[in-house]
Amino acid sequence: MYGVIIALIPAVLASILYFGWGAVIVISAAVFSSVLFEFLIQKFLLCKKTTIHDGSAIITGLLLSLCLPSNFPVWLIIPGSLFAIGVGKLSFGALGNNPFNPALIGRVFLFISFPAKMASWPDAQGFQTQYVDANTGATPLSIIKEGLGKGDSISHLMDKIPTYQQLFFGNMGGSIGEVAAIALILGLAYMLLRKIITWHIPVSIIFTVVIFTGILWLINPEQNADPLFHILSGGILLGAIFMATDYVTSPMTGKGMILYGICIGILTVVIRRFGSYPEGVQFAILIMNGFVPLINYYIKPKRFGEEVTNG
Amino acid sequence: MSKMLKTFRKGGIHPPEYKLTGKNPVKILPLPEKVTILLSQHIGVPAIPVVNKGDTVKVGQLIAQGRGFVSASIHSSVSGKVVKIDSIPDHTGYKKPAIVIEVEGDEWEENIIKSTDLRKDITLSKDEILEKIRESGIVGLGGAAFPSHVKLILPKNKKAETLIINGVECEPYLTSDHRLMLEYGEEMMVGIHILMKVLNIRKAIIGIENNKADAVCFLKDISSKFPGIEVYPLKVKYPQGSEKQLIEALTGREVPSRKLPIDVGVIVHNVSTAYAVYEAVQKNKPLINRIVTVSGKSLKNPSNFVVRIGTPVRFLIEAAGGLPENTGKVISGGLMMGKTINSLDVPVIKGMSGILVLPEDETKRKSIEPCIRCSKCVTICPMGLEPYLLMPLTQNGSFYRLEKQMVLDCIECGSCSYICPSNRPLLDFIRLGKTEVTKLINERK
Repeated sequence: MYGVIIALIPAVLASILYFGWGAVIVISAAVFSSVLFEFLIQKFLLCKKTTIHDGSAIITGLLLSLCLPSNFPVWLIIPGSLFAIGVGKLSFGALGNNPFNPALIGRVFLFISFPAKMASWPDAQGFQTQYVDANTGATPLSIIKEGLGKGDSISHLMDKIPTYQQLFFGNMGGSIGEVAAIALILGLAYMLLRKIITWHIPVSIIFTVVIFTGILWLINPEQNADPLFHILSGGILLGAIFMATDYVTSPMTGKGMILYGICIGILTVVIRRFGSYPEGVQFAILIMNGFVPLINYYIKPKRFGEEVTNG
Repeated sequence: MSKMLKTFRKGGIHPPEYKLTGKNPVKILPLPEKVTILLSQHIGVPAIPVVNKGDTVKVGQLIAQGRGFVSASIHSSVSGKVVKIDSIPDHTGYKKPAIVIEVEGDEWEENIIKSTDLRKDITLSKDEILEKIRESGIVGLGGAAFPSHVKLILPKNKKAETLIINGVECEPYLTSDHRLMLEYGEEMMVGIHILMKVLNIRKAIIGIENNKADAVCFLKDISSKFPGIEVYPLKVKYPQGSEKQLIEALTGREVPSRKLPIDVGVIVHNVSTAYAVYEAVQKNKPLINRIVTVSGKSLKNPSNFVVRIGTPVRFLIEAAGGLPENTGKVISGGLMMGKTINSLDVPVIKGMSGILVLPEDETKRKSIEPCIRCSKCVTICPMGLEPYLLMPLTQNGSFYRLEKQMVLDCIECGSCSYICPSNRPLLDFIRLGKTEVTKLINERK
């Protein structure tokens, strides 16, 4: 578990670099309140052995904070953490039993309950000292979504959004952890190298998004953004690398993981392109979390001696 | 050795090897004062004693006759007087019938050839050899102790194409097979030729993990003198010494669920078994001793000993420098699959390849954490099972579902318990589940 925390360090550093004090406050508030709620609920409400030493509450707090805007007020982070830990995890019987990713549960709770607060995204313009009063703008995805809704075409809208280089290094509006693609990819490389996760889930999600958006883009480039833009903007990398790969809520076999990844990729693009929200990763992952028991039931590892190969 | 070494495809782990005794030549252990020879040292029906209390016996004399097809005869490993025929606790802790002999001198049966000259010419016929192997009480010496002659009598409609000789020794610490290949290599090769003659096949493959490069080189050198025998180095990976995994590594064939190696045209014997066959057929010597590795990081002199069957484990540990003070467990067999013994008085049996002494801090179980479904156990299971699922199914008593999840295919290699980051005792529960499912199947009959 602590390996995942190490893998998140580049993303945390990048967020502080781009958003300044806001990021520091949001991250510390989320991590601290998540751990505290886990401790309090287990100790006094459930009267059980506390499990904060396993580090999973820290990860939940980190992941929750990384998908919030840097001007998100602390008085809303606290109920978000409470919902993530209390409802998302402990109500199902603590670590190992939660069907849905607790951090995403917390995120969606905040997203649906406080849509206005979750739609003002400070620009990532280097270390800033403002917090709730930071300059805000729209994310590249919402620029595209709104523009297309008004009948604008992609070629016009592309002028309003950051360049690919900026997308890659994180100079755009968005949640504090999702903007710097490079930091997330570093985390992925670390987790693959240390064999904390396997390639199946991140690769299948990203590959599916590239193929699906590529097809749409080839059909009508005036109405659909290109695959590279889709990968680098929004939460696809954060979701594919850190959220969908959560051990507890992802399938057990390689084949199952690939199916799960492909479905997340397709759902994400469908929500982004045809749904009413600009971003769909969070819902795609939560929906597929619900299918994981079914995937584990039907997709079994290849048993030894199942097909006799005489070679 | 530039080309890729063979190994099995699915799963597997790399535990630390700890082969402390790989360079220690085999030493002959002096005779103990008393030996306890168990009547059930093999899979199958226990042998029936043919001596009485007070009888004098010689080394190699038949003291218990195997009965039925799957059984093995037992011979006295010492000369002396039978003092007791009684039930005594064996290495599993259960009481089993045994013959206790007080050692007097070292007088061997006359027909046993004691000289160490290599006898290469195989004069006996196929049937005579088979009878000799059966009479000599030879069992699989890799650990399972399945009577060897049973494996050599093929079902009528089955044909053996390849004989695989298992020199993998993938368990940490153990080096008894390694030393045997180095020190008794030629005898073992003759033994393989004998087995080939019985099975009427022309090709034998010796599979050896590449951490025993000296044994691979030595056997490759001498294999030119023994036509039909090939030596294959294998990539180091646990549990390669498991029969099904070894067959797959060497031939690419997978033995189907609940079938035998012969169903894919293969017969597997251990290197030590091949050596025992040589001794029985060429020297008239029944199975009365074996090489046992006595090892452990805290032991003063970890060693490989030639031990008479029935020698108490205590005697072996004394010879290796005595039991260290901080000992937590003494294990019979390998580190991964061996079982803890609860008394040092248990005797050495035919299938015991090692005695491991582990310090207390290494034997304590860590606290069990919840399963986080990291899928590591599924990835490393060499049989393609799902240990994370088998454990709760056993706990809940869902034995029908357990059977459907092919729990009986488990080879009990322990890789899942080893790899689990939450220290879950997966194998312990799977073993329990296997017992319950076997009961269920027997009830149905």
